[in-house]
Amino acid sequence: MLAQNILEELKKIVGKENVLTSKEDMIAYSFDATAAMPEVKPDVVVMPENKEQIVEIVKLAGQHKIPIITRGAGTNLSGGTIPIKNGIVLSMLKLDKIIEIDAENLTARVQPGLIIQKLNDAVAPYGLMYPPDPGTVTTATMGGSVSECSGGLRGLKYGVTKDYIMGLEVVMADGSVIRTGGKTVKNVSGYDLTKLFTGAEGTLGIITEITVKLIPAPKYRRSMLAIFDDIDKAGNTIADIISNKVIPATLEIMDNVTIRTVENYAKIGLPVEAEAILILEVDGNIEQIVINEYETVQKICKDNGAVEIKLAQSDKERDAVFAARRAALPALAQVRPTTVLEDATVPRSKIPQMLKALKEIAKKYNLQIGTFGHAGDGNLHPTILTDESDKEEMERVEKAVDEIFKIAIELGGTLSGEHGIGMAKAKYMEWEFGKEGVEVMKKIKDALDPDHILNPGKMFGGN
Amino acid sequence: MTIYDSLEAVKAELANCMKCGNCQEVCPIYIEEKKEAAVARGKIKLVEAVLKGDLEYTKGFEDKLALCLTCKACNEKCPCGVKVDKIILGTRAAIVKNRGLHPMKKMIFGTLKKPGLFNFGIKTGGKFQGLVFKKHKSLHGAYPRFPFGLDLRRIIPPLATTPLRDQVPEVVKVDNPVKRVAFFTGCTMNFIYVDAGKAVIDVLKKNNVEVVIPKDQHCCSMPIIAHGDAATAKEMAKSHVDIFSKLDVDAIITACGSCGLTFQRHYLELLEDDPEYYAKAQKVAEKIIDISDFIVKVIGLDKSKLGPLNMKVTYHDPCHLNRGMGVKSTPREVLKSIPGLELIEMKNADRCCGSAGSFSLTHYDLSMAIHKHKIEAIRATKADAVVTGCGACIMQITDGMNRFDLNLPIYHTVEILAKSYAAKEGEKEAKAVS
Repeated sequence: MLAQNILEELKKIVGKENVLTSKEDMIAYSFDATAAMPEVKPDVVVMPENKEQIVEIVKLAGQHKIPIITRGAGTNLSGGTIPIKNGIVLSMLKLDKIIEIDAENLTARVQPGLIIQKLNDAVAPYGLMYPPDPGTVTTATMGGSVSECSGGLRGLKYGVTKDYIMGLEVVMADGSVIRTGGKTVKNVSGYDLTKLFTGAEGTLGIITEITVKLIPAPKYRRSMLAIFDDIDKAGNTIADIISNKVIPATLEIMDNVTIRTVENYAKIGLPVEAEAILILEVDGNIEQIVINEYETVQKICKDNGAVEIKLAQSDKERDAVFAARRAALPALAQVRPTTVLEDATVPRSKIPQMLKALKEIAKKYNLQIGTFGHAGDGNLHPTILTDESDKEEMERVEKAVDEIFKIAIELGGTLSGEHGIGMAKAKYMEWEFGKEGVEVMKKIKDALDPDHILNPGKMFGGN
Repeated sequence: MTIYDSLEAVKAELANCMKCGNCQEVCPIYIEEKKEAAVARGKIKLVEAVLKGDLEYTKGFEDKLALCLTCKACNEKCPCGVKVDKIILGTRAAIVKNRGLHPMKKMIFGTLKKPGLFNFGIKTGGKFQGLVFKKHKSLHGAYPRFPFGLDLRRIIPPLATTPLRDQVPEVVKVDNPVKRVAFFTGCTMNFIYVDAGKAVIDVLKKNNVEVVIPKDQHCCSMPIIAHGDAATAKEMAKSHVDIFSKLDVDAIITACGSCGLTFQRHYLELLEDDPEYYAKAQKVAEKIIDISDFIVKVIGLDKSKLGPLNMKVTYHDPCHLNRGMGVKSTPREVLKSIPGLELIEMKNADRCCGSAGSFSLTHYDLSMAIHKHKIEAIRATKADAVVTGCGACIMQITDGMNRFDLNLPIYHTVEILAKSYAAKEGEKEAKAVS
């Protein structure tokens, strides 16, 4: 519990209507979209309306060493916004303006509480787009997705959030305000602080403004769905597409467990015997090139023994193709009470190996694991279907998760392709970075936030 | 065990929620409030906390659960198919059981339950309303003269001096009827929008349909269900099931999404554990059909009967009509079939107008903040009239126009259809004269 005088101070800073303290409100901020995480209530939720208020809040929190958990829409999947050490949840949703769209320089400046899709809606009339499109694009905020460095379905061709962040304004733990990067494409001055704060999960500073890169939106796109009776054939298809110099915007995979579950849930006519389904989309601004790439991809699928290829001839058919992929997580989530969704990522050439390893792990620990994900960029979503209330099973889940990350790293991959570390993966950090690597990060953390008031308990665990 | 009898019954629905937060995109209340407890997953979390014993039935819990329009936008968006409104309504019933009903609501609902008393009150109101309301100069409504629980900025539609059901016979006969239907008028068409109610009868007559308008029908009970008074709602459901299952009719026509949905779904939920009534309620529910659906899908829209209407209109989808009863295309079909009439779609036509019946009374400022988007969407179409299919929406849009400075006539879909029929009659008469 925070002392009454601190609550009064907060009310003075943001107005009493922007300070929430009721037990009901605290329960509503005790969780985010991550499954199987502890629920912890904050002491207070504060909804600032401008940067100046944030500076005041940070100074107050610093003075009393109160944790600050910056929160956008709370849609992350790594427990990143759970106030594990209580304190102040700083809800950024009222800072939701687009400050500027600079079509000439292909940039936009936005506030962190802006919903990603709103930026896309605003730049579409200019024929531009902001490519990162996490599954939560219509709910997640820009600040949240920069802090988690989220990805999405278009990562293979268009990259992830960090590839589009050109500059930031950040309130530091001591209340000072810095600006990093800028509008220029070329910028090599000093350390790349923009990249440092992107994906820092709110542990190093509080982002109050974001300058993003925009690109011309592709005018043409073609999609298809290819069905395989063998994981290796699907894997070879992925490898061949890339080696034929085609970079699809989307290259998604679903394994047999996922296919069966989706079909059972959505009844959209997927072959339940199939070992893998690939969902592909090529896009671009020159129609003939898009068509050529489309035909190349078709041929590669055929040559690698795809049992069936469904071509989407219209927007409606495209929607049907993507419906299968979109149904993956909700369908899997229906099977058991708890859905543990991971995002271990491997080099794309290792996808078949990773899929086989996941199958082994499921068998070894007697668990249901459905795997789907962004095959093109090696980012898989092994999804364990389980029940939080079953202690014995959860122990097996934990062991399985350990093993999933171990194999991902062994194959030259990473703990997280797009969800971030948060609380969920903090304990594995040394596996990827070694003691020394983690030590470097901790030094950065100590230098920028010596009292550890910013989102404590994340990234490195119990600090 | 129904969802209105025990919170345990909503557990299965709760378990489907994976807390992804997709509901944030569409929740009209969350969009205004930007608070987690205002959106479906937050409210679900609170219900779970109560079930786990982490939270009591507090005043705060009651207030948070009141923040739902039951517009079902989240139901439609939810990737896991969670029926959020079911959770909300079940929980509100549990809250009433644990905290009791507000004395004011108790009195009002008690009156709604007794059709005679309610009719008397409303009729008396109709005669004396000039004393308390000051008429708006052009919109169909009046400002309250005294703040008797109503916001003074608000305009309230005048009550009819004679309710619809007192103006029409109990059976409206036609020669050689093709169908025989019952008409459930609902409160708004009986007491306020009598013209819309007459238009329903008129349109049915024009299509050779005999109409039975049972005199003893009363409020459908939607406001009572919404406030969690399940015991009263059950009585009212039984009463309507009795009244309507007695009738020898092919269909029961509604012209209000909330009324229709209440018969179609909520009565079944309320009477789930009463096998005898449930079976009867099911038969009644199967006969319920909205007027637009009935004309287009059952009778068939006879375009030769339609006369020209020179107007540009925009159509607002009532939540319970659209997401509740699944009526979305037929009102548009009716409008598009009328010669000379241009339908201009507004942005987010299916977004809640913020009324949610009594929500607009209990949360006036929030209701109007939500509504502002609707008025702006209407304004942007440059249409010269608004059409919709629900009395509560008409009431809200009228008030909203006054608040946000727009002045357009608002019609029920069926009124436009009746006008078009009349225009054709007029044409014929003109021809006969010449």
